[in-house]
Amino acid sequence: MAELPVDPAVREGRVPDRLSQEIPELHEVGCPAELRERIETLMGRYPDRRSASIPALWAVQERYGWCTPEGIRQAAAVMRVTPAYLESVASFYDLLHTKPVGRHRIEVCTNISCWMRGGDRLLDAFQAAAEADEDFFVTGFECLGACDIAPMASIDQRYYGPLEAAEAGTAIEQLRAEADVLPQKALAKRGLAGDS
Amino acid sequence: MAHRLEKRVLLEHAEDPALRTLDGYRRLAGGYETLERAYKEMEQDEVLKELEDSGLRGRGGAGFAMGKKASFLPRGDMAKYLCCNADESEPGAFKDRELMQRNPHQPIEGIAIAALAADAGHAFIFIRGEYDEQADILDAAVAEAYEAGYLGTNILGCHRDLELVVHRGAGAYICGEETALLDALEGKRGNPRLKPPFPAVQGLYGGPTLINNVETLSNVPHIVRHGAGWFKGFGTEQSPGTKVVSISGGVKRPGNYEVELGIPTRELICELAGGPEDGHEIKAFFPGGSSSPVLTAEEGLDLPYSFEAMAEAGSMLGSGSIIVCDDRVSIPHLALRTARFYHHESCGKCVPCREGTNWTVKMLERMVRGEATPLDLDIVSSVQQNIIGHCLCVLGDSMAMPVGAMVRKFREEFEAVMENPELVVDPHAVVLGAPETLGAAT
Repeated sequence: MAELPVDPAVREGRVPDRLSQEIPELHEVGCPAELRERIETLMGRYPDRRSASIPALWAVQERYGWCTPEGIRQAAAVMRVTPAYLESVASFYDLLHTKPVGRHRIEVCTNISCWMRGGDRLLDAFQAAAEADEDFFVTGFECLGACDIAPMASIDQRYYGPLEAAEAGTAIEQLRAEADVLPQKALAKRGLAGDS
Repeated sequence: MAHRLEKRVLLEHAEDPALRTLDGYRRLAGGYETLERAYKEMEQDEVLKELEDSGLRGRGGAGFAMGKKASFLPRGDMAKYLCCNADESEPGAFKDRELMQRNPHQPIEGIAIAALAADAGHAFIFIRGEYDEQADILDAAVAEAYEAGYLGTNILGCHRDLELVVHRGAGAYICGEETALLDALEGKRGNPRLKPPFPAVQGLYGGPTLINNVETLSNVPHIVRHGAGWFKGFGTEQSPGTKVVSISGGVKRPGNYEVELGIPTRELICELAGGPEDGHEIKAFFPGGSSSPVLTAEEGLDLPYSFEAMAEAGSMLGSGSIIVCDDRVSIPHLALRTARFYHHESCGKCVPCREGTNWTVKMLERMVRGEATPLDLDIVSSVQQNIIGHCLCVLGDSMAMPVGAMVRKFREEFEAVMENPELVVDPHAVVLGAPETLGAAT
C-alpha cells in the first residue's frame, strides 16, 4: 500500500519552538531579572525545558497577580516557546487566570459532599461579603479534595472548613485586616478522624 | 487512639506532627531503613518480585496490580521515569491529601524503592495545584531527603541516581488520568493520549514510565520491609492490604479511616464514620468516588469493602472514597451535580464525552425544572450507553456509569420530580447538619 502523506504535526505534535519567528526576544519583552532567573531555575529541573510551562505560568501569576499577556510573552521569551503555546496551556487550567482577578482568591467547593452540607449557600455568603471589592476573587469550584471538612473553601491556597455561612463575612474582614483567617477552621489544625 | 476497627499501617503515628520531619520519620517509623537495605543489599529483580508477590493493587482507581505494571517496563539503558500521581481530584477522595500532609517521607521512600524496581533515574510527584499546602510539605521533605543522601546522585554510595521533582498542576481533574498527566508534565494542555502504547512502554518524553498513586507508593516501603507474605496477611485474597478510605457526605464523622480491605461496608459507614444523622437513613452511596455507580443501602451496606465485591455488585472500589446520601438527598439533583462536574472537566478531545456530558447536563436540568417528558429518561440512559467505551480515556464513562445507575435505580424518583419539581423544597441547600466536632481543631 502506498504511504499517504501525513501532516508532520500528526507525528510530532505542534512543536512550539519551531516557529522561531514568533518567539519574542528577551530584549523586546522587559522581563524582570528575578522572574527570568526563576523560570530558568525551573527549566533546569526537567529533562525537557518545556515541562516548566505550568511552573513558569505560576511564577508569572505570582508576579503580576494573573497571567497577563506581557507576563506570558516574558515567560515565552525565556523559555524559547511561542506566547500562543503558553496561552493555550494557561487557558486549560482552572487555577491559572488569563483575566484580572482580585488579590485574595477564594474558591468555594460546590461539589457533591459540600453541596449536601450547604456549599451553595456558603458560596452565596462569600460572594455577598466580598461584593464589589476588587481585592477579592470569589468563585465556585469543583471538588477540592476536602470532603471531610465540608462545606469548605480554599482561601489564598489554604483550606478551611467546615464553615458556617456566617463565617464567610468573618473571613473577608480578617483578610481586609490582614489578620489570621479563621484559625480554628484551618485544615492544618485538624486531628485524624479516627482519633476520637 | 485509633478505633478498634481501624488497622493503621500507612497512617501509623500520623497523629504526631513530628512524623513530617526526617528525624521524626526515622525515629517513629524506622524511616528510610528499608530504602537503605534495598539500595545496599537488593537487586532490581528482588524488589520487583516482592512487589509482584504482594498482590498490591493500585490505589488510584483502576486497581491494577502494581508489581505487574512495574514488570512491564522494558530493560535497557534508555532513560526511564517514575511518576507519583498525586493529582487526587475525584469527588469524594481526600486520602492522598492526608497521607502527604501527615507523612510526606513515606511516599518519597516508596518512590525511591519503586524507582529501583523500575530502574528509573528521574521521578516526579505530580500534585494538583489546589494542594498547595501539601506541596509545600513535600518540597520540604524532598529537600531533607536530598540533604540526607536518599535522593540525588550516588545514593548512599550505591552508584545509583534518582532525581525527584515535585510538580504542581494548575487545576484540571483530567490530569489524574495517567496519559493526560504525562502531557501536563511535558508542559502541555492535559489531554489524554491514545493507548497503546501504554506508558510502561512509551510514556514521559517517549521513555518507559511507571505511574502509581501516592497511596500505592506509600505501601512500597512496608512491603519491602516486612515481605509480601506479611502484606497478604491483611485484606482478602484478591484485595490484599489495608486501604485508607475517605468517607464523606451524610455521616456524623466524615474523614479518612485505614482498614483492612474486605471489612463490612456497614462497619465503615455506620461505626467508623458514625452513620447517618439521627432521624435519617442511608438512601444510597457511591462506594468508590463520584465515578462509581451508586449502590442503594440494601444493595451495598452488607457487602465486604473489597475490589471484587464492589465489582460483583456492578460498581467499583475505585480510589476507596465513599460518599453517603441520606434520605434528604434528591437523586435527580445529585445526578445533575455529578454530571456538571464531568461536563466542566471534560477536556473536549473526544466527541462522545464532550457532547455527551453537555447533553446530559441539559437534559437533567430540564428534568429538575419539570420541563422534561418521560421519554427523556430513556434518552438520557441511551446517551450514557453511547459514551461508555467510546473515548480515549474514562472521563466520559465516569459520568455515564453513576448517572446511568441513578436513572436505573431511582427511576420512580426521577419521574416524580419531573412531574412535580416542587417536591424538592430547596435543591441548592440540601443542608445536612454540621458534622460532629470529633477530629476537629485541637
